[in-house]
Amino acid sequence: MKNINIVALAIAVSLMAFNCNNDGDNKIPTGPDFSGTYTQADQMGRPAVNTVFVSSGSKDMFNTTIPSAQNAAFQSMFETNLTALSPAYANPGDQNALGLDAAAFTGVLATDVLNVSLDGTTTFFDGTNVLTGRNLSDDVITVELLLIFGGEDFTENPTLSDDHVDANDKPFLTSFPYLASPWM
Amino acid sequence: MKNLKKVLGIGIIAIAGFLVVVAADHIDAPAVQGGNSDVTDFYAFQGENTNNMVFVANVQGLLSPAATSNASFSENVLIEFNIDNDGDFVEDLVIQAIPRNGKMYFFGPVAPSQTGLNSTIAVTSAVGGVVDITTGSNAVVATNAGMSFFAGPRDDPFFFDFAQYSQIIGGMATSFNNPGSDTFAGSNVLSVVVEVPKSLIGGSGTINTWVESKTK
Repeated sequence: MKNINIVALAIAVSLMAFNCNNDGDNKIPTGPDFSGTYTQADQMGRPAVNTVFVSSGSKDMFNTTIPSAQNAAFQSMFETNLTALSPAYANPGDQNALGLDAAAFTGVLATDVLNVSLDGTTTFFDGTNVLTGRNLSDDVITVELLLIFGGEDFTENPTLSDDHVDANDKPFLTSFPYLASPWM
Repeated sequence: MKNLKKVLGIGIIAIAGFLVVVAADHIDAPAVQGGNSDVTDFYAFQGENTNNMVFVANVQGLLSPAATSNASFSENVLIEFNIDNDGDFVEDLVIQAIPRNGKMYFFGPVAPSQTGLNSTIAVTSAVGGVVDITTGSNAVVATNAGMSFFAGPRDDPFFFDFAQYSQIIGGMATSFNNPGSDTFAGSNVLSVVVEVPKSLIGGSGTINTWVESKTK
């Protein structure tokens, strides 16, 4: 089955359905219609980037800007909004715990992709590994609050740099599909 | 970062205008919020089988339990996982997920016919699969050629005391509570989960990846 064409599979399924329900006409059975062009509506790499760093009038535009064009279009806006959110970034030399000043930090964030390692631990941040993926259990908001408000060593503004919600409301599964069952 | 407190009041007034909602990507922009193309979250992590990578895209967030049974994927919305293998932030591979008549069809990982804002479905892809869309609590999964597939409602895995954050941003509070309260507790999303051998997406090294919803 390695090389089976998915459409062929779909047609085979619909053929079987057709045969079970043959009403005598001579329609040629077809697979699902996948034709047409699909145009970008929403885009996301890292959590909370559009909501936090993009100004209200530009959020749709950010979602419909391809990642390779996002830095040129949005880094300056990100830096302005980061500095408004956490004014200490305006101080000369001010950095976050990744050693990034406002320009460098927003330079990373403006290109909204998730960096993922294929070679081992995948995590947004686990104390050792930084931006090697995103696990379901990663406390990404606290990491982002720390990088925005926590200063050079994560100790500044402690009342703003942790929301004290550290885990999901349902345990995740160890096996596929990993996400917890829905509330019904 | 020492001067935050004295300017915090001014800063909060200045930012309240644009920070209407901060969540992972829930209701992030006017054109998509509340609709069936609104991506709420994106995850990429190593699978239980460490030779595999798992991609998760969630859409249509903040579903109450009552609303969940009536929620469905739109056949006009393509969910596309994008993978950049060479660091230029342009997709070299895509995994496409599109629903038809109660099933979610997956195409790829495959090189897209074109990169950028517009996509056509890669119906000739040699890899992919099909899974019945789950409608209840029990996950229906399918596998094909080393890949695993799921589509359906799940508990929203995102957690954040967004309510208290809003209080802070609105100037009605000056700190988070300890413990905080998960604003997303008890709510569901529609999830698309695909697990794929790493060998199909580059094998080793670092990839850049992102998710898009695209509408017809």
